[in-house]
Amino acid sequence: MITKLSHASILVLNQDEAYDFYVNKLGFKVHTDAKMDNGFRWLTVTPPGQPDLEITLLEIKPGMMWDEKTANTLRELVKGGKLGTGVFEADDIQATYEELKAKGVKFSGPPEEKFYGTETIMTDNSGNWFSVTERPKPKP
Amino acid sequence: MKERESRYFRRIDTSVYKRLYRSKEFMDDCFNEQIDLDLIARQANFSQYHFLRLFKRVYNTTPHRYLTQKRVEKAQELLKKNDNSVTGVCFDVGFESPGSFSTLFFKYTGLSPTEFKRQYEHKVMLTVRFPEKFIPACFLISPVLFPD
Repeated sequence: MITKLSHASILVLNQDEAYDFYVNKLGFKVHTDAKMDNGFRWLTVTPPGQPDLEITLLEIKPGMMWDEKTANTLRELVKGGKLGTGVFEADDIQATYEELKAKGVKFSGPPEEKFYGTETIMTDNSGNWFSVTERPKPKP
Repeated sequence: MKERESRYFRRIDTSVYKRLYRSKEFMDDCFNEQIDLDLIARQANFSQYHFLRLFKRVYNTTPHRYLTQKRVEKAQELLKKNDNSVTGVCFDVGFESPGSFSTLFFKYTGLSPTEFKRQYEHKVMLTVRFPEKFIPACFLISPVLFPD
């Protein structure tokens, strides 16, 4: 029985820039940053409230995983904003939106109330987009 | 009581979020300096009492706890870099003595700064030397695993 997700990937155009976005802007923690002799960099981060989920910031370049044609195609897809990667949750979406917007993070617009919570769409500095949602809180 | 509850659940005005964020940003920028609640609250133009109450409500923590956590997190980041000593990091992130740094670092991470640095460097060294033992296979090989 599969019980949980331990690793997930976000495909990025440049790992240094992705580090700046996810660590310095979003406040994610660096789990491992290991540079191999062959140029491969294993860079994983974790969301502040989920230390056991490693998110791999995987640079799209020809090498072990992709040939040059595939890497070029993937880079175009990410850069062009064609890949929606997932949903992040926030305790207070309005506070998060104001804070990240002030740090230069791009959003589709202010958070809006939906059936499942209050949501806005954010893009990272590669072009990946995410929902950022505050789940409805039960009233005491 | 009901009135207090409804006040609590009333939406906070956008301008208040912006003012609170100014104070949080101030802590993010000046965490390595000796800053107190009065100075932090002044960034948001709130009285200390009002600021403390609103900050706690929005960020689920007190400004003091946020600042300490920020310092410890920054220390973790710096300790992960090879050329930083534990004592140097202690003062770089705004702690006044290595003793209080070690105590608070342990409280937040469960490890002393020296042990944290040692364990991280050991993990990275092993990952570099034996990637196949630490990096899941799907990240190391071509995804063409399932031929027809």
